Amino acid sequence: MDSQEFDVRNGQSWEWSAVPVLGEDSFRQKILEECSQWASPAGGGASPAGGGARLVNLFAQLEDSGSIRIFVMLGRDQEGKLPVFSMRISQDQASFQSLTPELPQAHMFEREMAEQFAITSIGHPWLKPVRYHQNYRNVPDLWAGIPSRPIPGAYPFYRVGGEEAHEVAVGPVHAGIIEPGHFRFQCHGEEILNLEIQLGYQHRGIEKMMEDVSAERAVLLAESIAGDTVIGHAMAYCNAIESLSDCEISPRAEAIRAIALELERLSNHVGDLGALSTDIGFLPPAAYFGRLRGEFLNLLMELSGNRYGRSLCRPGGVLFDLDQPMIENFRKRLLIARKDLKEISDLFFTKSSVLSRLEGTGIVSTKIAQELGLVGPAARACGCGLDVRTDYAFGMYRFHHIPISTVLSGDVYARSLIRWLESQRSIEFLLDLLTQIPEGDLQIKGSGLKPNHMALAMIEGWRGEIVHVAMTDSNSRIARYKIKDPSFNNWMGLSMAVRGAQISDFPVCNKSFNLSYAGHDL
Amino acid sequence: MWGVIVNRFKQGFRTLSYPKEVPVFPKRFRGRLMISAAETQCSIDKTKDPLGAVVPGKKPAVDLGKCLFNEEFKAVCPEGLTYSQDHRLAVSKREDLIIRDNEVKLAAALNEKTRRIFGRSLKLREVCAGSCNGCDAEIQAMGNVVFDLSRFGIQFVASPRHADGLMITGPVTKNMELALKKTYEAVPSPKIVIAVGACAISGGPFAGGKEVHNGVDGLIPVDLYIPGCPPHPLTILDGLLRILDKLEKER
Repeated sequence: MDSQEFDVRNGQSWEWSAVPVLGEDSFRQKILEECSQWASPAGGGASPAGGGARLVNLFAQLEDSGSIRIFVMLGRDQEGKLPVFSMRISQDQASFQSLTPELPQAHMFEREMAEQFAITSIGHPWLKPVRYHQNYRNVPDLWAGIPSRPIPGAYPFYRVGGEEAHEVAVGPVHAGIIEPGHFRFQCHGEEILNLEIQLGYQHRGIEKMMEDVSAERAVLLAESIAGDTVIGHAMAYCNAIESLSDCEISPRAEAIRAIALELERLSNHVGDLGALSTDIGFLPPAAYFGRLRGEFLNLLMELSGNRYGRSLCRPGGVLFDLDQPMIENFRKRLLIARKDLKEISDLFFTKSSVLSRLEGTGIVSTKIAQELGLVGPAARACGCGLDVRTDYAFGMYRFHHIPISTVLSGDVYARSLIRWLESQRSIEFLLDLLTQIPEGDLQIKGSGLKPNHMALAMIEGWRGEIVHVAMTDSNSRIARYKIKDPSFNNWMGLSMAVRGAQISDFPVCNKSFNLSYAGHDL
Repeated sequence: MWGVIVNRFKQGFRTLSYPKEVPVFPKRFRGRLMISAAETQCSIDKTKDPLGAVVPGKKPAVDLGKCLFNEEFKAVCPEGLTYSQDHRLAVSKREDLIIRDNEVKLAAALNEKTRRIFGRSLKLREVCAGSCNGCDAEIQAMGNVVFDLSRFGIQFVASPRHADGLMITGPVTKNMELALKKTYEAVPSPKIVIAVGACAISGGPFAGGKEVHNGVDGLIPVDLYIPGCPPHPLTILDGLLRILDKLEKER
């Protein structure tokens, strides 16, 4: 067993030659050992087992030498540390033993690597493309015909046999105003036996574009990874770039970013509660929540000139300040919003007809949530107490703590309630922070990027853990940019939530997760 | 039951009196770009314009279809570019998005025959073809009680076969091309197509990317262009009301 240890922290950068290279067997062994407590039910229950690590990132990169390097980042949530290590595999025989059978969290990461770098993970139970694009190595793809074959028809789906089983196919163009994706249900009567979610329609090639575009354009791309998570992704991008250029932004800029991040969380959480009300046909709160969502978006517009906070976060700080009259105005409007939120939520959560629709629908157990590596509110609704703002505190969250909310039941009710609880805490956080915004420059000019470095930036977006990894080459240019939206972890959670449920439960289950297609497809 | 009624009174009436009253935007809102006429030779900083929204020429012109309305875009030509509070941006022809001064040729009403069909009831099908979901969120927001789209007789329907036209967002990814074309074919004629957002008009930040087209143009014909990143709900609404001729003249 290799005893080399290399731990990093959120927001850190390091020379990538410093990352230990392990042999294939010890690489695999070390991952499985570190993550063992997550996979085993023994330490499960209400909170994740102490010390158990979790798969935060697993991705490949080509080296100048011609071999492929696979990096893994594990999250030791309790310690706030992330062990990083790697292995090399040759370009001619790009394959390794799949981790997925032992560690289901690796499932999507391995599919992603198979698609991006044509690396076969031997023994993977369902090795299908994720986004339907050609690989980055200019070698034959693992699947013939990508990308000329129209998705999804040309690829096999998981099927349930038998005379009474039937299949329901939905998408890519859905009935509502939402993003495209294909859902394939295997059903017995109304009961869903399996749901396979095939995305990729939104694939714009962002990771690859990040390597080629100018810094001025890269930040605009980062803001367009997921349009409802502009602040989350822009902050992750800025943190990564600031780390690579040794730029320490001012406390004031950190505070303004945190304010924007919480406003983004509020607008989305409240909007989701409205969408859930719509889906269960309880229209008064749907209308009120929908209006209240706009109030938070309008605060973001007041601050940044755009309802989603575009142009606010830039490497080195922020472009807009909050002056005293604005702070007063924000506080006043937040106090009104707090009152409205309470009244509307009371209306929603106290109705027995609402509760009977939400409770017990679409349950994801704590064990399943841990095995799949769910993150964000979806995980916290299953009793997993993980939150980047606490576990790997960044920016303002190092000084102003925000309590983690968890709910145990793992059903649609839990995922709704968690949004209300988190909204309350975000408002309290904002009201507190607005009274004591520290001083400092809005934007600080950083130096150039350090060559041959890699940086890790994690942000707790409203959907959960956003991870950006930026790597530079010897000329200080971005050589690899790895993005992980929380949706990448969580889509499988939706599949599991509807297993055994009725087809008619799908809409509420889907809304209760409200995952990003664009963030997943990149 | 009482709770619902009490709440209803507390919430009050929230719908904007738009279009009767001119909407007010916050000071920092970035509406239509203004090119001050005096500056004929402002120093153009190309690095601030990574998407090539500035059209070269004797007098600088800006392509609103490529502009992301980001704050630092003003620095392309600090002497001559400012954002106004004007939310009205929708045009009927692609070339009308290229502005040379403070004038913009806003969208014209549909011809009378089409208007007679759609004027009192317009049903649209929305297709997201690779957008980040920002434009889609604003389209959805048009339906909330504040903007209340349905009071104008405009509705989003679940099937293209029930629709009079498409509203498209996103640069049109290669993976969505087929689905978009099929959806277009499924809409009965006469039909209209509306491209919403910088991506659907020019590819936006993804323009030139290997996995995307540069917007809807060239794939299917477009009748209305609504620029922005994302356009404000009132910008989209303004475009819709213009083609239906539901705005009073010169408003």
